[in-house]
Amino acid sequence: MHPQRKKRLSLILLALVGIGIAVALALSALQQNINLFYTPSEIATGHAPIDTRIRAGGLVVDGSLERSRDSLDVRFKVGDGAEEVLVAFSGILPDLFREGQGIVALGKLDENRMLVADEVLAKHDEEYMPPEVAQAMDKVNQMKLDASSAASPEAK
Amino acid sequence: MNWSFFHKLGSPKWFFEISGRWLPWFTAAGVLLLLVGSVWGLFFAPQDYQQGNSFRIIYIHVPAAFVAQSCYIMLAVAGIVGLVWRMKLAHVALKCAAPIGAWMTFIALVTGAIWGKPTWGTYWVWDARLTSMLILLFLYFGIIALGQAISNRETSAKATAVLAIVGVVNIPIIKYSVDWWNTLHQPATFKITEKPAMPVEMWLPLLLMVLGFYALFTVSLLMRMRVEILRRENRTRWAREAMEKML
Repeated sequence: MHPQRKKRLSLILLALVGIGIAVALALSALQQNINLFYTPSEIATGHAPIDTRIRAGGLVVDGSLERSRDSLDVRFKVGDGAEEVLVAFSGILPDLFREGQGIVALGKLDENRMLVADEVLAKHDEEYMPPEVAQAMDKVNQMKLDASSAASPEAK
Repeated sequence: MNWSFFHKLGSPKWFFEISGRWLPWFTAAGVLLLLVGSVWGLFFAPQDYQQGNSFRIIYIHVPAAFVAQSCYIMLAVAGIVGLVWRMKLAHVALKCAAPIGAWMTFIALVTGAIWGKPTWGTYWVWDARLTSMLILLFLYFGIIALGQAISNRETSAKATAVLAIVGVVNIPIIKYSVDWWNTLHQPATFKITEKPAMPVEMWLPLLLMVLGFYALFTVSLLMRMRVEILRRENRTRWAREAMEKML
């Protein structure tokens, strides 16, 4: 390669590396601000501020959903496997909302670390499948469950 | 390595001739792929078990997002070639590709918002993926505006090349935003190392659509570049002859 071109090329690549490092440093410094939501573990350990609007994200804990009879009020727990946070919400939940689904709730933590949410968003995962496949998989799981409980009735 | 191909690219006349021969093939492939892919994806592919039919917007959203990012990488490569080898054709490619990339980014953002309302419950959220994609749109706008604002052709080419190269750091940020931070946008369904998290009857039409979008991008880029080359070379004899042939 022509020496002058070589010089220009290395100059450009050097500049690109420099910009890359600068951006990487800036982004890692802003890590917490770029994260869309706090996980239940972060809320439990007190990383999330109280009395400001925050987002909490995680999976809706199975069997934790309580609906009010005469209003749109709902209460449910959001967990990440280690910790759980109670969420109170009044309004229409997104179509994808269900137990076991990933969600993000926006609201304020009260003194009991309960999130009083004014917006609940459903998080979609990267899995796509036709309804028949999903039903078939449910069936297989159910059969496995039945088989294991039949094999060890005392375990139940 | 044989570099004669690369050096020939420096000649606008050569590029004009060869692109004229390529165009019909890319056009035919693009029309065929988009037609088959969209009919298959929109009518015959199965529904999703959670989202129902609304997932079908993936057949527009994902190809547009792919092309939007690839197009930006192409701008940066063209910028480097233009700055290092002073190749005029690279500047033509950079100038002509920017508006196409901007449109692709816009399509990806709009289709994502339309899908987001029924699925997430909101059109827009300031998470890392959506925000970095919006920055990509603004980078395209910046390149277009900078190219138009400077009337001197040489200076304008250099300035847009520098902006295109600097902006390329945003591409890995878009790609890995869903892994580095927690976002509302889901992680990638398609990874090079793993099987896609989607059955074959869903991703095959998507693959056709992606290839079709790339063909569409190539066709529109070549057509724009050919017009731009004719405009720049309108004092030369071959360009005049080519224009007369078109009339």
